[in-house]
Amino acid sequence: MIAATHPVQRPPDARLLVIDRNGGIAHAARSSLADFLKPGDLVIANDAATLPASLHGVHLPSGAAVEVRLAGRSSFAHDDLRFSAVMFGAGDWRTPTEDRAPPPPLALGDRLALGPLFATVEGVLGHERLIALRFEGPTDEVWAGIARHGRPIQYAYLDRALALWNVWTPIAALSVAFEPPSAGFALDWRFLGALRERGVEFATVTLAAGISSTGDPVLDARLPFDEPYRVPASTASAIRRAKKTGGRIVAVGTTVVRALEHSGGRPDESVADQRISRSTRLWIVDAILSGTHEPHESHYQMLRAFQDDEVLARAAAALEASNYRTHEFGDSVLIFLQSIQERIHV
Amino acid sequence: MNMAKGKKMKPLAYSAEMNDLRIAVTGGTSGLGLALVRELSRRRARVAFVARTRARVEQVTRAHPGIHGIVGDIARKEDIYPIALQVTTALDGLEVLVNNASSLGPTPLALLADTECEDFALALETNVLGPFRLIKALLGALTASSREGRGAVVLNVSSDAAINAYAQWGAYGASKAALRHMSAIWGEELAAEGVRFLSIDPGDMDTPLHALAVPDADPARLKRPETVAHELADAISDALVKEEG
Repeated sequence: MIAATHPVQRPPDARLLVIDRNGGIAHAARSSLADFLKPGDLVIANDAATLPASLHGVHLPSGAAVEVRLAGRSSFAHDDLRFSAVMFGAGDWRTPTEDRAPPPPLALGDRLALGPLFATVEGVLGHERLIALRFEGPTDEVWAGIARHGRPIQYAYLDRALALWNVWTPIAALSVAFEPPSAGFALDWRFLGALRERGVEFATVTLAAGISSTGDPVLDARLPFDEPYRVPASTASAIRRAKKTGGRIVAVGTTVVRALEHSGGRPDESVADQRISRSTRLWIVDAILSGTHEPHESHYQMLRAFQDDEVLARAAAALEASNYRTHEFGDSVLIFLQSIQERIHV
Repeated sequence: MNMAKGKKMKPLAYSAEMNDLRIAVTGGTSGLGLALVRELSRRRARVAFVARTRARVEQVTRAHPGIHGIVGDIARKEDIYPIALQVTTALDGLEVLVNNASSLGPTPLALLADTECEDFALALETNVLGPFRLIKALLGALTASSREGRGAVVLNVSSDAAINAYAQWGAYGASKAALRHMSAIWGEELAAEGVRFLSIDPGDMDTPLHALAVPDADPARLKRPETVAHELADAISDALVKEEG
C-alpha cells in the first residue's frame, strides 16, 4: 500500500474495499459506502474529539528536553488530571518514533515543565518510557494549558504538521481521545443524511482512543491500553431496535467494536480493557468500517475477529495490488462478519 | 425580537429552570453576554463563557464560582478548537451555544467609503466566520445532545442592522446580515439532526458596544441587558421544549 501523506480526511477519490459475509471481495468508491447498507441497519461511530496530546517541555531535575505524549486516563471526569504518558527525549515528530532519543531517567516525584503547565511523575509503569503523571493547578487552567500548548500527536509519514482541525472528525464531541478515531474521517454530514434517507440509523459511543504506536516494540506489545468509554442510553436503544428487526450493527472503527463488545451493547460508562482478536466471538457488531491496516499493526488483530486469516490475506493482497492508501488519512475497508457456515475456526 | 424565518415566539410567563443544561456564551464579560451568563447561571444552567481579556474573564469567574471562563478570541482561527475543547471538557458536552460576541467594525462608525478593509474583515471574522467555525467545531457535541434526547440550540445574536440599511453601519450590518442568513441555512440543513437555530435581534441596549456605536444615546431609552438576557433565556428554554415536543 501507499502511505497517505496529506492530512485530508475525505479526499474525493477515497476508495473502499468491501469484504462480504462469505469472504467475497469488492472494490468501490468510499463515497458509495451507503449503498452497502440496508434499511434497519445501524451505523455507530466514536464521537471522541482528539486532545492535543503531544506536549513539549523540560524534565526539571535534569534540564533535558522531553516530549510527553499523553496516552491514557482512567475516566472522562473534568477534574481527573492524572494521565499515563509515553515519554520521548529531545527531537520532534519528523524523526520516526522508533529512532527518537530516549527520555532522561524518570523517577517518582520528578517535575516536568510543559509550556505553561507543570506536571509531576507519579509512577513509572513497568517501562522506562511509560509513566503516570498528574498536572498541577486549577482544573480549568490545566485544560486551557493543554488546549493552547499541546499539539496533536504527529505522524512522521505526513508531509506537514497536524493541527486540531486535521484530526477532529466531523462528529467530534468530547475531547478524550489521544489519537483520532480515524475511521470516522470517512463520515460527513451529507453521508449521515444519506443514511437517514435510506432508513439506516446513526448513533455514537465515546471511547478515549489511545495511542496507536510508540516506536518501542516492548511498549507496542502492550497496546491497546485500557480505554474509558461511554455508551449513551439512546445508542443502546438503537442497538436493541436494530437487533430486534434483523438490522446489522456497523461499527466505524476498532474503538467502537471495543466499546460495544465490552458493554454488551448496554448503556454504560466503564473502561474497556479487553483485547479483540482471532478467537474473540463478537456479540454486538456485524461489520466494521476501518482504515486499511497492515498485518503488523495492533488494529489488524481486531479484524481477525471478523474474517478468517485466509480471507484477510486475500484482502491484504488486493489492497496491495490495487495501490490502496494506508495510515490515518488513507482509504477504508468495510468488513462484514463472516457467516457462521464460513467460519472454520469457531 | 425578530426570529429567523419570521417564527413567532411564545412568551413564557415564568423563568424556566435550566437545571444542568450545558450552555456556552461568547463575549461573556460585558454587556448582554455578561447579563446572559448571570441569568443562565441563576437558572442553574452549567455555563462556560468565552472572552478575549484574561483579567476580565478572571473577574467574572471570581464573582461567579462554578462558571467556567475561557480566554480566547473567536475572530482568530487558531483559537477556535482550543475554545471548543475547553467548552466541552468543562461542561462534559453541550446543548446550547450562544454566539453573542460582536465587532462593530470601524469605531467610531464610518461610511462604507471611509471603512478600512481591515476593519470590515474584523467584523466578518468576529460576526460571521467566528460563529461558523465555532458551530462547526461544536456540532459533534450539539448533535450528540440531540441524539440523546436533550435537544440542541444555537442562538446567534442578531441586530435590526442585519435587515435595515443604516448609513455608517455598513461593516456591522453586512456581517450581521450574513450571520442571520447563515443561521437560517444552518437551521434548514440541521433540522433533521435536531439542532435548532435561533437568530434574535435583542434591540438597542445599554451596553458598551452600543455606547461605542452611539456615544450620545440616552441610556433611559435603551433596553437593559438584564431584560434581554431574561428574554433570550426564555427563548432558549422554549426552543428546547419545542425540540422535545
